[in-house]
Amino acid sequence: MTIEMTLRQDRRSAVADSGGSRAAADAGDLRTEPRAVRIIIITIAVTFLSIFVVLPLVVVFAQAFSKGIGAYLAALSDPEALTAIRLTLLIAAISVTLNLVFGLVAAWAIAKFEFSGKTFLISLVDLPFSVSPVISGLVFVLLFGAQGYFGPWLASHDIRLLFAVPGIALATLFVTFPFVVRALIPLMQEQGTQEEEAAISLGASGLQTFFRVTLPNIKWGVLYGVLLCNARAMGEFGAVSVVSGHIRGETNTMPLLVEILYNEYQFVASFAIASLLAMLALITLVMKTILERRLDEG
Amino acid sequence: MSIEVRSLTKTFGAFTALENVDLRVAKGELLALLGPSGSGKTTLLRIIAGLDWPDSGDVSFDGENALARGAGERHVGFVFQHYALFRHMTVFENVAFGLRVQPRAIRKSEAAIRARVKELLDLVQLDWLAGRYPNQLSGGQRQRIALARALAIEPRILLLDEPFGALDAKVRKELRQWLRSLHHEINLTSIFVTHDQEEALEVANRVVVMDKGRIEQIGTPGDVYDYPATAFVHGFIGESIELPVEVGEGAVRLDGKPLAIAAEGLASGPSRLFIRRHDMQLGPAGSGAFEGAVTHVRSFGPIQRAEVKLAQGHAAIEIDAPRDNRLQVGDIVGLTPRRYRIFNTAE
Amino acid sequence: MRIGRRDSLPGFGLTMGLTLTWLSVIVLIPLAGLFLKTFELSPDQFWSIVTSRRTLNALKMSFGLAFAAALVNLVMGTIIVWALVRYRFPGRRLFDAIVDIPFALPTAVAGVALTSLFAEKGWLGAPLAALGIKVAFTPIGIFVAMVFIGIPFVVRTVQPVLIDLDPEIEEAAASLGASRWHTIYRVILPSLVPALLTGLALAFARAVGEYGSVIFIAGNLPNVSEIAPLLIVIRLSEFRYADATAIAVVMLLAAFLIIFTVNRLQRWAQIRGSATP
Repeated sequence: MTIEMTLRQDRRSAVADSGGSRAAADAGDLRTEPRAVRIIIITIAVTFLSIFVVLPLVVVFAQAFSKGIGAYLAALSDPEALTAIRLTLLIAAISVTLNLVFGLVAAWAIAKFEFSGKTFLISLVDLPFSVSPVISGLVFVLLFGAQGYFGPWLASHDIRLLFAVPGIALATLFVTFPFVVRALIPLMQEQGTQEEEAAISLGASGLQTFFRVTLPNIKWGVLYGVLLCNARAMGEFGAVSVVSGHIRGETNTMPLLVEILYNEYQFVASFAIASLLAMLALITLVMKTILERRLDEG
Repeated sequence: MSIEVRSLTKTFGAFTALENVDLRVAKGELLALLGPSGSGKTTLLRIIAGLDWPDSGDVSFDGENALARGAGERHVGFVFQHYALFRHMTVFENVAFGLRVQPRAIRKSEAAIRARVKELLDLVQLDWLAGRYPNQLSGGQRQRIALARALAIEPRILLLDEPFGALDAKVRKELRQWLRSLHHEINLTSIFVTHDQEEALEVANRVVVMDKGRIEQIGTPGDVYDYPATAFVHGFIGESIELPVEVGEGAVRLDGKPLAIAAEGLASGPSRLFIRRHDMQLGPAGSGAFEGAVTHVRSFGPIQRAEVKLAQGHAAIEIDAPRDNRLQVGDIVGLTPRRYRIFNTAE
Repeated sequence: MRIGRRDSLPGFGLTMGLTLTWLSVIVLIPLAGLFLKTFELSPDQFWSIVTSRRTLNALKMSFGLAFAAALVNLVMGTIIVWALVRYRFPGRRLFDAIVDIPFALPTAVAGVALTSLFAEKGWLGAPLAALGIKVAFTPIGIFVAMVFIGIPFVVRTVQPVLIDLDPEIEEAAASLGASRWHTIYRVILPSLVPALLTGLALAFARAVGEYGSVIFIAGNLPNVSEIAPLLIVIRLSEFRYADATAIAVVMLLAAFLIIFTVNRLQRWAQIRGSATP
């Protein structure tokens, strides 16, 4: 439930209108504070948010463009930057695709059937959320690192998981695992099984039922889950940092490159890449809001 | 197609939904499964459809074991209580669905499918809604589309789960008559589940009265109303006066005092006496099996409904009497049942 | 004739099988590796690792600062959510959307941005330095980063609860003569307590495990401004897997304890019949 909260704001008529309807704009209304108090509270809230949220965002872009557009574009077209961008996109594509497919499968199994241990299973699915990113990376080092459980076996077969793309993919899969499933389960449960039962009684096979009846009904949920999964996959830092080995030109995703450039005092380049990620975050937020509205209209 | 159900049992955890149910449905008949919630009627229907599976027992269609197949293979048409129309498809696509998912080998051409859908929409008189979406339709329209969709696959039986339960009274009445005339036209073996006895008695050829997972009685609407087989059926169907009585030593006693009612052939012990409200004959005070004072009178149409407080046992009962009796509050009347049933209630 | 379990919809066996397989491969087996490693240590070894000076300081830093930051977010979050839900002001919708940014922004971006902002020559760091307050590369910097990432948690947990609050209750209190402050303090806030505590716990849990947003602005000096996740990374790079594991287990146990508490809080909220987050 807490995870649902962090995943999805049930806007309802929420902030859009309720702020107005529940706000007591007239003095003399029993349900409001004196005007002076209101102004103070609003000022505190706005100031706090401006300092702690707006400013950092602005700083990213300010620093990125501090030496002009030329420097900005040069930083982005640097070979290392391009490699990092490509790697990030690749990892995101892998994570999203695999977690989408298995997310659909898992949501079907969990939402459309009754079985004991369902709550337990759902909490297992939630596990990656409650684990610190560094620990998410640690577990893979323990398995596949040189001194890990599978380390020697991998070495003898000349397979490199850690400090290579597969390791990064695994760690990212771990941290993005729950997003699609958790977006779909409440939606599919809410929709029930009647339409699917109707399809079965009309002679449709399981697959036909899934593709023709279930999937169209959950499409907004799928998009929502994919959106969040993608945002996390592209932005993941801690877990990837542990497994990647930071090998320049090979195993650096965009967030890792931001770190490296920053530590080398290449601020413009660092913030240029950071600005791309920031834009991703903003776009994700906008689309998330739109999709939430769709889902609540349902 | 005929259906036979034998010794069907189904439990959900500790709850017994069906207990050793036997049923035969004749080809072409319109059968009602009637009972209160929890009686097992929907469970029975879903098991016949293949949407649920029994713990033990047999189901056969025309002699063939039906349980060997899933819902899709049984060729049944199922109409859900809440329609279960595919919300993202138009009315046309909904009705065509069953035809479009058939395996390529037997699937009709698109043109044939279109023709069949049109035919069905004409049958339910809703061809003008073909391009609309379910959420643009009224409840009654949705139900008819759900029916058309179920009929599209040319099912051998039609199963309807409380088809009119979610509709308001007027629409329900209209659709009831419509269903009956439709059945008359297409003559498809049909079973529908309802908790509304008026519906069951009005529409069905035969009624199966169920309670707590067991069949209480199977019969024509007339049978079930006039000759109820158990206390439950008598109490559930129609309006009755119910009085707890004691049968013993050749007499029927209410509140310890014997009534002028014959007791031969009745099992001794605690029992319930059932009398239809309109089967009470009014007479002057002092005559009749019961005596009581009228405490409340309500007139509607040709009937007066009177609440009478009986002298025996101080029970309050309701009787229906013709208007011209002109009952008034305070009248003392004698009551004699023209017809009655007594059921032993000892476990 | 006995019939086994059948469902009305097909595909349970296959989809459950695939689900469990995927879950095992990606989540369960890796986590099992962690616990296996833990059991390779004797209790004494475990204890000595966890209580070594550097580890203890890192844990104290992470937990202590995270809690302080969560408290700040509790207070500020309440003020923010009150303003967003109860009042109307220009830009309200925008600020409401902004609350989600710390949650959506990649942690490394947040890290470098905050550092730049609070560095001695930064937009905020400079005025603060003039006042003698150094933020970047000190524990205060860690604190600031933890406040940043915790912002959405209290706000978003409390928001739906506050929105659903029955206005009639306030009107009743007012009509019975309660002052506005009284009404808020005795009627409204108590019903928000479960949501507030849940938000606090979530912000705390997030801040404890946070890495990317914090390591840039932290000084990362052992025993002074080193957070536990960083110590884990360092131990890994030193191939001291056992040490890293021990610290990780402590953090995991704390995280599970927090989640358990959160669930308890929500159940308590439901029992009290008050507004549930």
